[in-house]
Amino acid sequence: MDFTLKIWRQDGPEAKGKFVTYQIKNISHDCSFLEMLDQLNEQLVDKIEKPVCFDHDCREGICGMCSLYINGRPHGNDSGITTCQLHMRKFKDGDTIVIEPWRAKAFPIIKDLVVSRTAFDKIIQEGGYVSINTGGVPDGNAIAISKVDSDLAMDAAQCIGCGACVAACKNASAMLFVSAKVSQFALLPQGKPEAKERVEKMVAKMDELGFGNCTNTGACEAECPKEIKLTNIARLNREFYAAKLS
Amino acid sequence: MTVLNSKIPQGPVSEKWTYYKAHQNLVNPANKRKLDIIVVGTGLAGASAAASLGELGFNVKIFCYQDSPRRAHSIAAQGGINAAKNYQNDGDSVYRLFYDTIKGGDYRAREANVHRLAEVSNNIIDQCVAQGVPFARDYGGLLDNRSFGGAQVSRTFYARGQTGQQLLLGAYSALSRQIKKGTVKMYNRTEMLDVVIVDGKARGIITRDLTTGKIERHFGHAVVLGTGGYGNVFFLSTNAMGSNGSAAWQVYKRGACMANPCFTQIHPTCIPVHGDYQSKLTLMSESLRNDGRIWVPKKKEDAEAIRAGKLKPTQIKEEDRDYYLERRYPAFGNLVPRDVASRAAKERCDAGFGVGSGLAVYLDFSSAIERLGKNVIEQRYGNLFQMYEKIVDENPYETPMMIYPAVHYTMGGIWVDYELQTTIPGLFATGEANFSDHGANRLGASALMQGLADGYFVLPYTIQNYLSADIRTPRMSTDLAPFAEAEKNVQDKINRLMSIQGKNSVDSFHKRLGHIMWEKVGMARTKESCTAAISEIKALRQEFWKDVRVTGSATEFNPELEKALRVADFLELGELMAKDALNREESCGGHFREEYQTAEGEADRQDDKFMYVAAWEYQGDGKEPILNKEPLVYENIKVAQRNYK
Repeated sequence: MDFTLKIWRQDGPEAKGKFVTYQIKNISHDCSFLEMLDQLNEQLVDKIEKPVCFDHDCREGICGMCSLYINGRPHGNDSGITTCQLHMRKFKDGDTIVIEPWRAKAFPIIKDLVVSRTAFDKIIQEGGYVSINTGGVPDGNAIAISKVDSDLAMDAAQCIGCGACVAACKNASAMLFVSAKVSQFALLPQGKPEAKERVEKMVAKMDELGFGNCTNTGACEAECPKEIKLTNIARLNREFYAAKLS
Repeated sequence: MTVLNSKIPQGPVSEKWTYYKAHQNLVNPANKRKLDIIVVGTGLAGASAAASLGELGFNVKIFCYQDSPRRAHSIAAQGGINAAKNYQNDGDSVYRLFYDTIKGGDYRAREANVHRLAEVSNNIIDQCVAQGVPFARDYGGLLDNRSFGGAQVSRTFYARGQTGQQLLLGAYSALSRQIKKGTVKMYNRTEMLDVVIVDGKARGIITRDLTTGKIERHFGHAVVLGTGGYGNVFFLSTNAMGSNGSAAWQVYKRGACMANPCFTQIHPTCIPVHGDYQSKLTLMSESLRNDGRIWVPKKKEDAEAIRAGKLKPTQIKEEDRDYYLERRYPAFGNLVPRDVASRAAKERCDAGFGVGSGLAVYLDFSSAIERLGKNVIEQRYGNLFQMYEKIVDENPYETPMMIYPAVHYTMGGIWVDYELQTTIPGLFATGEANFSDHGANRLGASALMQGLADGYFVLPYTIQNYLSADIRTPRMSTDLAPFAEAEKNVQDKINRLMSIQGKNSVDSFHKRLGHIMWEKVGMARTKESCTAAISEIKALRQEFWKDVRVTGSATEFNPELEKALRVADFLELGELMAKDALNREESCGGHFREEYQTAEGEADRQDDKFMYVAAWEYQGDGKEPILNKEPLVYENIKVAQRNYK
């Protein structure tokens, strides 16, 4: 398969970026999207040009490091996957593919398609944990937890922190990300003692770091590679109001 | 020559750890504040250690090359984590977990370390539950278990097919809490490039900021490496793209020993290779072997017809299928340990019964779906089936999965004593980076157990025994000569790489190295193949240093340079792996020397000659390393030929 690629190139955080067009030929339809970019980069190295920088690591859809806004969609034109799980068979021979970085004030561009998502770490540092030290905890089976709640907590806990929700949102809101972590703990007895401070601090930090507000468009849910549900945002709102009213 | 002192405490094996803790030296809270600890790596072993040390009151600095500590490759572990809870009342105990791990490792692991691992395994589950890790539960609300290879009990705790993710996020949350408190300082996108030794002790590291290219010096009273394994020496592996052996290699060149570097785990259930553009291999969890049955056609002509696309697997009648694991190993069936399952797959494919490209076998769920229903299988493995379908474009509910072995884990690593300390005082290694607990083959669901055991429950004790003698050592200036020397060493290496301006890309060298390693030091090795590998790697290394092309500059975000630095180290490490494989004239666990097999094709250990840890000691570039031997003594387990029949 042959493709025309329009890729965002930007030398550094302060540099001015622009789209650069590349041609790539003879790509197997079983090839993954990132392996297609690997081949482009090999060509660029061959021509003594700088390869396109993009984030990636596990290449099996779980580390959350890969990103990319592909033809107007985070992680490309498929559902329930990350960019590293996208395969070229999802495109047509001869397609033009536009590749951009995540665009959000809270995710500054480092270079080309690479952005900083340290803002997510900072939100977690505000309260995305149970405040216990190592050791001195009760037996794992000391507290029974209903399978329903435990499964719902797991649904939320699957978030990989990739930032697709922010990239998809017209307001660059991090509500889905924050709600996933708040929900995981809200559903489990271990999270109850700190529920109030957790939600207040995480939401305050989210606002402080420049993420936008949620206007219920649902783009985040549609693009989430782990299919985290909007109901988590509803739960976040309930937790937040409960905290404010108590 | 280094004298290897494993420092195993006195007393019976079940009381050694208790004895150690009762008699070790501790550091009081006021002094902990004065002590700095560097932790490299934020996977299970690194993050759990940093969080626990921060909680105790030490000043910790932690480093990772990824954009966030939550991305370390522990996150990709799928199946589960072992613990000797015996919640299933099926006969499990600390002793049985200890026994299974030693036996699974083909009697090449240290008894005292493994027993300690089994002892603390239960604490890990309690800790993770308290952190809010959503483990799978039964309808009664209690924790669920499943089975893994090499065990006859169900002791594996899991969180769907994302156990590693949930455990790592647990450790990451504990780490995040300490970062907020200020006890731990986090350095993202920062890679360690050398260790600094002052007066014979590890006192710091040299790093490169991957965003700016800036080289920096960091002091610590002690340094902990939780830097994972070096499976990417094979280029294609299940490891993350950035996983590397460089930290281990740097400390090896500064005097730490590399132990059993040839012990590599080839995982039996991975998605087969499909093209030369491929960048990595994807694992399909071992848990699938609970319900999936592995087979190839009984008749060669059927296999040929399938390869030619003339026949579908679903058209092969039951009696024409060879469930070769069930046939060869009736007692353990599809749940034999990984090394055994991998070799059996290779044997069938080499004999001409492979499917797909010829290098694949079937993992079939049809009888499980018939027995349990599609929805049960979906509940158990839904995300794995989806992952398979996205990659291969086939529906595993309808047609069997195709799998083939791939490089997954390295049992070998930095030599450590009972305290997880290397032969360099003050330098510790945890998790996959060290060699200690898995012998020649790791059992499934034991990597997560070891990483967290080391980080939460072992290192926070043992490092105090070392640091208690250091409470009067003030923080050192990074202007000291050893820091300058190490920084220059790093800068020289970078300058040399950037100045070559050759014709071939870093990846092209890495692929060629991987090819040599897989063909000659992979699933089956011989004297000839290892000897050939050594000379081929040497030649490739020379070519690399003459002809590699690293584009861009060293003072910017430059993934090509990052890769070049790692591949340069792999080109040396690969040679040591081949040397170790050549030296070990026996077959054990993941190390299979074709010359040493039984009449039935099983691994033939040579206990009288090789019941030792091979700890290699660097002597300088171009010089032969010294082989130090730590004899392995089994006082609590009767050494036998592994039998899974």
